[in-house]
Amino acid sequence: MSDQSLTDAAPTGPSYDEVIAGRIGADELRIEPARLRHQADVARAHANPQLAANLERAAELSALSDADLLAMYESLRPGRASGDDLRQLADRLEREAGPLCAQLVREALHHYERRGLLRPSSAQ
Amino acid sequence: MSPTDDAPPSPVGSGRFEVLARRPVHLDGFAVEDPSLGLVALHSPFDPTPSLTVLDGVVIEMDGKTADEFDVIDAYVAAHGIDLEQSARAMGTSDLDLARMILDPAVSRREVAALLAGTTPAKLARVVAVLRPHELIYALARMRVRATPSIQAHVTNRLDDPLLLAADAATAVAYGFRELETTVPVLDDAPSNALALLVGSQVGRAGALTQCSVEEAIELELGLRGLTTYAETISLYGTETVFRDGDDTPWSKAFLVSAYTSRGIKVRVTSGAGAEVLLGEAERCSMLYLESRCVSLARAIGSQGVQNGGIDGASVAGSVPNGMRALLAENLMVMLRNLESCSGNDTLVSESDIRRTAHTMPVFFAGSDFIFSGFGSVPRYDNMFGPSNFNGEDLDDYLALQRDWGIDGGLRSVGENEVLELRERAARALAAVYGRLGLADFDEAHILEVVHASGSKDLSPRDERLPLAASSAIRERRITAFDVVRALHDTGFEVEARRVLAMVDARRQGDYLQSAAIFDEDMRVLSAVTDPNDDAGPGTGYRPSAKRREELAHSPLARSVEQLLEHQRRDEGCLRVADEVRAELGNSPRDVVIGVSPAFATSLWVATSGLTVAQMLREILAGLEEEGCQGRVVRISHSIDLGVIGLSAARLSGSGIGIGLQAKGTVLIHRRDLNALANLELLSIAPLLVLDSYRQIGHNAGRHAKGMATVPTRNPYTDEAITARYHAATVAMVAIERSAVTDQPPMELRLLDLL
Repeated sequence: MSDQSLTDAAPTGPSYDEVIAGRIGADELRIEPARLRHQADVARAHANPQLAANLERAAELSALSDADLLAMYESLRPGRASGDDLRQLADRLEREAGPLCAQLVREALHHYERRGLLRPSSAQ
Repeated sequence: MSPTDDAPPSPVGSGRFEVLARRPVHLDGFAVEDPSLGLVALHSPFDPTPSLTVLDGVVIEMDGKTADEFDVIDAYVAAHGIDLEQSARAMGTSDLDLARMILDPAVSRREVAALLAGTTPAKLARVVAVLRPHELIYALARMRVRATPSIQAHVTNRLDDPLLLAADAATAVAYGFRELETTVPVLDDAPSNALALLVGSQVGRAGALTQCSVEEAIELELGLRGLTTYAETISLYGTETVFRDGDDTPWSKAFLVSAYTSRGIKVRVTSGAGAEVLLGEAERCSMLYLESRCVSLARAIGSQGVQNGGIDGASVAGSVPNGMRALLAENLMVMLRNLESCSGNDTLVSESDIRRTAHTMPVFFAGSDFIFSGFGSVPRYDNMFGPSNFNGEDLDDYLALQRDWGIDGGLRSVGENEVLELRERAARALAAVYGRLGLADFDEAHILEVVHASGSKDLSPRDERLPLAASSAIRERRITAFDVVRALHDTGFEVEARRVLAMVDARRQGDYLQSAAIFDEDMRVLSAVTDPNDDAGPGTGYRPSAKRREELAHSPLARSVEQLLEHQRRDEGCLRVADEVRAELGNSPRDVVIGVSPAFATSLWVATSGLTVAQMLREILAGLEEEGCQGRVVRISHSIDLGVIGLSAARLSGSGIGIGLQAKGTVLIHRRDLNALANLELLSIAPLLVLDSYRQIGHNAGRHAKGMATVPTRNPYTDEAITARYHAATVAMVAIERSAVTDQPPMELRLLDLL
């Protein structure tokens, strides 16, 4: 049985004519944060709160540039960041993205300290 | 006593064992179960006993470890992966009762998944280990997320030839693959491969998803540009050490998943038994328990799906007892965590065709969100992931399996002309895009070679740096999906341009970020939300549509009665009959009657062996003549039974010996005092008979007539599947014989110029 009730129509993207006229930049490839939050509601209604949380983090991250995303991912890899680096990253995410991503990084910091995953020279 | 010099050497060893030792299964590695190395499938004595302690809404103990002992995987799962409202009941229910609930149609799929969300990794592993293989099959059918099963293809080649990638992508989509995965033998070729796959995948039909499996950062970059539409090579591991060696943590992976999701890119993670064992860091735990940790983590970090079922480590699981069963149980754990299952079968697990097929069949029977996380749609040698468990060479086998069992395995047959047209369109579209974007120029000969090629070995040597140069340009100039749309439009490929743009629109909608999403060919999203699996036993669950059933039943190899009989017309008239007169009882002791079947030389002219009716009769008559006997040919019209035909002939024969001969070639010698089902000699395997077989039947019938001993003719023997090859044709010929039956008495055929 199909349940389409939660999938409203999204705002329309660039039209074919606009694209071929060359007026559309790479930013128009992106999904809107509101749309991601809507998908989070759908996921939660379908018994997957973790997928919903991911979609909400994603909505926060849509404010950041591609380069920032790549750099932040890199700093979360093992041994890349000091405790201070991660604290600063969390603060920055709090300001520029949102509280959920900041929370993810703070939680990482706690466990990286505990399990020795911070940059060796700066490990406390 | 000592052996004398001239005694034959006494044989050593068993010939039977020698034969067995040469079988391909002997090339496979089999390991003695060893928990200390993690070489154990379902349960290790070192696996933790399932446990969970919650205090004020926080997990303070799980699977035998307190919170301060948690490694990173425990910590992430404990914090995010367990539904604490369900956990008391889930952990308090026995493994057996939970296993029974999974199979109980009275408990809905939704209820099962909701309750199991409260299990710890150790508990979930214990529950699925209870299920036996046939139970696992039903559990998969019932618990997978999406109702409609689907299938993913590997599309790669040794040269990273962009035109070949595009043509192979279009071919894969024509066969029905809905996700296409490529990778590179040369890392820096990735952008070119991704672009080729994107264009090729939208030729012919809309909506196939594509990905390029490479290093994480490059893969993300390709996704951000819209050159790929999903990602799945985000690897999770079951122990902290291996996770760290893989240069990630659960938090970095969670961030990466959210990063992809933030751009509207579908993403699933990859895990699978054996990875930890291969790296020597299994912590003495069973493969199933470690995989349960991966699957639980996948759910915890918010991935919509998991690729597992062994994957790169599949053969490690395959080397130990219950290994294949554990791989199936891995797929089930993903479904029980309410996630999309991309079910493996993407590594050749055995040199034995029997073993590799058996590995895939349970998932095939059950159906899955993706039955294969990479059916090798190209020739084995071109699969840059390494050969898959099924490959391009196996496509017709797979289609036959779908047809045999009435199972929707996701594919359909495609005609040669359609494939050639699609390959040409894809190759030309890609050449046009590369030309328009200034990435590369392709010559006409290259395009034509690609259209007709089976794989990269059929292509002439060319400059292998082309994909690399194109890739550099794609990266430096930041080519996006919009540039591809424009280039397709400007070069006259408007249909494909609109389809690529539709993939961008779909990304902006985000409906395919829900669990287990694919697009059908009309760009409708099929997912946990729009196409949920509601299997609750017989009469429920996924049924192929009428159109789909027709596709599954269709086989280009199938022949109708008319087609099977077409070649009969080529030899029509090869036996010329002057007259048919009522057959009289013979009075010469050398008279032998050859009884022929009702349609012999009227509608049927060629036996299954390819010999004509004239050739068979000529040999029998010559054999009789060489024994000094005279043969008479009599049509027996009242029966198609060879015993009756032979006995009727014997009863008309002066010698009492008759020969029965059907148009399909089966022949016997009969005697008038026997009953119909008995006979003197019978050659029953008509497809293998040769001219000499019929000559010898003539000889022997003559010797029987003279009361002399014969050396009985023997059926030729073959160990080939002779019935599989000829039974369809035999059924058609029998139908013609049956329609020619009349109550006409036996008629003697007066033949012209036979000898």
